[in-house]
Amino acid sequence: MRLDDYTTARLRDYISKGADLQQQSMAQRTSVPFWRDVRVLTVLSQIVFVIVLALVAGFFYTNLTSAMRQRGLVAGFDFLQRESGFEIGEGLIPYRPSDLYGHAFVVGVLNTLLVSVVGIFFATILGVLTGVARLSSNWLINRIAATYIEIIRNTPLLVQLVFIYFGVFVKLPPIRDTLEWGGAFFANQRGVFLPRPLPAPTFDAWTSFVLFAALGAFALWLFLSRHPKYRYTFYPITIPLAWLVGFPLVGWFLVGQTPVTFEIPERGRFNFSGGIALSPEFSALLTGLVVYTAAFIAEVVRGGLQAVRRGQIEAARAIGLSEAQILYLVVFPQAMRVIVPPLTSQYLNLAKNSSLAIAIGYPDLFNVGATIANQTGQPVPVIMLIMATYLAMSLTTSVLMNIYNARIQVLEK
Amino acid sequence: MTTMADTLGPPRASVGMLGWLRKNLFSTWYNSVLTIVSLWLIYTVVGQLLVWAFTTARWEVITANLRLFMVGPFPPEQVWRVWFVLCIVSVMMGLSAGVFGGTMRTFAVWLAASYATLIVLDLIAEQGRPFADFSRRVAEGGAGQFWVALPGVVWLAANLALLALSWISGRGRAKWRARIIFAWLGSFFVTVALLQGYGRGTWLPEIGTNLWGGLLLTFMLSVVSIVVSFPLGVLLALGRRSQLPAIKIFSVLYIELVRGVPLVTILYMTQIMLPLFLPGQLRIDNVTRAMAGMTLFTAAYMAENVRGGLQAIPTGQIEAAHAVGLNDALTTLLIVLPQALRMVIPATVGLFISLFKDTTLAVIVALLELLGVGRSVLAQSEFLGLQMEVYIFIAAIFFVFSYAMSFASYRVEEALGVGKR
Repeated sequence: MRLDDYTTARLRDYISKGADLQQQSMAQRTSVPFWRDVRVLTVLSQIVFVIVLALVAGFFYTNLTSAMRQRGLVAGFDFLQRESGFEIGEGLIPYRPSDLYGHAFVVGVLNTLLVSVVGIFFATILGVLTGVARLSSNWLINRIAATYIEIIRNTPLLVQLVFIYFGVFVKLPPIRDTLEWGGAFFANQRGVFLPRPLPAPTFDAWTSFVLFAALGAFALWLFLSRHPKYRYTFYPITIPLAWLVGFPLVGWFLVGQTPVTFEIPERGRFNFSGGIALSPEFSALLTGLVVYTAAFIAEVVRGGLQAVRRGQIEAARAIGLSEAQILYLVVFPQAMRVIVPPLTSQYLNLAKNSSLAIAIGYPDLFNVGATIANQTGQPVPVIMLIMATYLAMSLTTSVLMNIYNARIQVLEK
Repeated sequence: MTTMADTLGPPRASVGMLGWLRKNLFSTWYNSVLTIVSLWLIYTVVGQLLVWAFTTARWEVITANLRLFMVGPFPPEQVWRVWFVLCIVSVMMGLSAGVFGGTMRTFAVWLAASYATLIVLDLIAEQGRPFADFSRRVAEGGAGQFWVALPGVVWLAANLALLALSWISGRGRAKWRARIIFAWLGSFFVTVALLQGYGRGTWLPEIGTNLWGGLLLTFMLSVVSIVVSFPLGVLLALGRRSQLPAIKIFSVLYIELVRGVPLVTILYMTQIMLPLFLPGQLRIDNVTRAMAGMTLFTAAYMAENVRGGLQAIPTGQIEAAHAVGLNDALTTLLIVLPQALRMVIPATVGLFISLFKDTTLAVIVALLELLGVGRSVLAQSEFLGLQMEVYIFIAAIFFVFSYAMSFASYRVEEALGVGKR
């Protein structure tokens, strides 16, 4: 038998068994004993692995069923159809204690989504600003940003949260000494109160202006960003933007009455009414998550901006681009490729960290879930439900961010 | 002809302090505005904070509860064990500083400085009272009281001395490098055994982990979890790269499931569901359950770190190992893992830092680690409303350790040259 009759893969297998080729060719004739045959071993080891896994799972399962029988529990998700009977502090949809457990759970899920989405929005803004400040040539700004990042990153989020909630929001003055900014923003023990925008009768007329402006801006952007002359200038951004802002602004005055009025929170005897009321729990959780995640995002942004090689910037300068053009056309597109993957994991972290809400009593998914588990005595299905929800959120976010990431990466040939 | 006198010096405004100010703070008009605004901001914020810290703040909530913050409900007459563990750490730090130098030396210097500061502070604050107390208790209770009543300041001094001695004896002994790494691992097991104790009425009575608390518990939670999760993480990482579908699917599922959910849910699961999963007669206490949860959680992240290291090993290494006749298991054990694990040291330190911070989550499942102790202290009637003081103190402790570790990781990264190639 000649050497090149062997496939490379099999050659490697034989060598790895430590036998030399001479013996191998003999072994070929006499065949390897099955306990040393790689093909048998791979199958066998997997079977053993699966059996062990099944045994462990079975052990857990029998213990679980016997423990549940002892406590008189029935497996399944039927309890979701029962009346919950507990209060939830706040929610996006109406909820009463006479509603079902399933309904209560949905309230929790929506609360988690709310704080995550709003948190991600503000954390991105603060994080990008801090990351840029960290690279500022102004020594003082640079140091302030660095101090902020180091302090926040090196202390636990939970400590920050309880500090912000119990140390700041709970200690805000009572209603009669409410803090006030510009007669429209208020903060006291009961939470934070903001003006709420309300549509006026002329609002519908104005929306058509906005719609038209948006369509026009999109068309302008499409045209200019493909125009050979204006492609590499700022016009594809600035002109549609000016149109997008300017046209509705003109409409604002044309429709007569102002289309949007603001409902200012009004001070009552015991509490404020009207406006947008944010509970202290929500405000504290949002502040904590934003401040914490922004410090990490700042480091991501700084890393991304620094990853753009100096030669790129110098080359851009050499062909006569302005500083703003360099930033917009050369630095950002390259930095984004480095930034997006770690940014995704920061967004996911923020959503997962929102589960710390239980420490300050914000009724998020985990908090509501733990209450349900306590009341029904059904921890196993509830925890499965909670984990499945978090998993679904994580997977959705990473799929979306992966699509975006794939779009901005360089197409490699 | 050009002489020295002919060449003009640089403009006055571009050198010296004035030049520095111009360049770094007032280079453009908007930079000047930013500088002034941030100066005002610093003045108001830091100024108010300092005024508060030195006038309004009641720091006695910390000093009065210092033992609670450090060891929680650990029996006071057994606190000598914790001191003894600290001695082991001092010896190990001293030896490492002597043998390795570099970052370990910086740490040892800082440790020695903190011991010295604490000794001085203690002597000033207590004015020798612990010594009088010590001699009284030994006179009354006999020699058995010796270790129990020994003043903290003596322990601190002993630590300082041990640190110095072991540093000196470790100097220039490059041969000890491997031994010291194993000694660190060994001292971990000695520590656990010492704190745990055995039996009842023995010289080292058993102290259940439910009595561990404070900073001690914070450390034990994070160290135990990282040490136990390390082999698990390596196995999972190898499993994820395995060609056997059953093992690969299991590893991928485990890693992705755990990474997709928050730590709180895992802690909650081990806290509430572990007792249901195990036979009724087998009881595990709270702390062990929390450790199990943290270990299971960290193993998934550790696996991803290790996988990064495994992927960085060039295929040539594996092919060469096969060529010299190593089988798959030996190739992994002797060629791939030693190189890969070296590469993941900085990432592992990063993981340890986040785990160290995440131990605070144990407060949600009612453990008395640092934050839990803080809460119970705040519930005492004489310290109501002192959240600021307590939480700032806790945050400061976390900051010191996390910052030191990230500093070390940065230095290790530089030394290994992992970041640059």
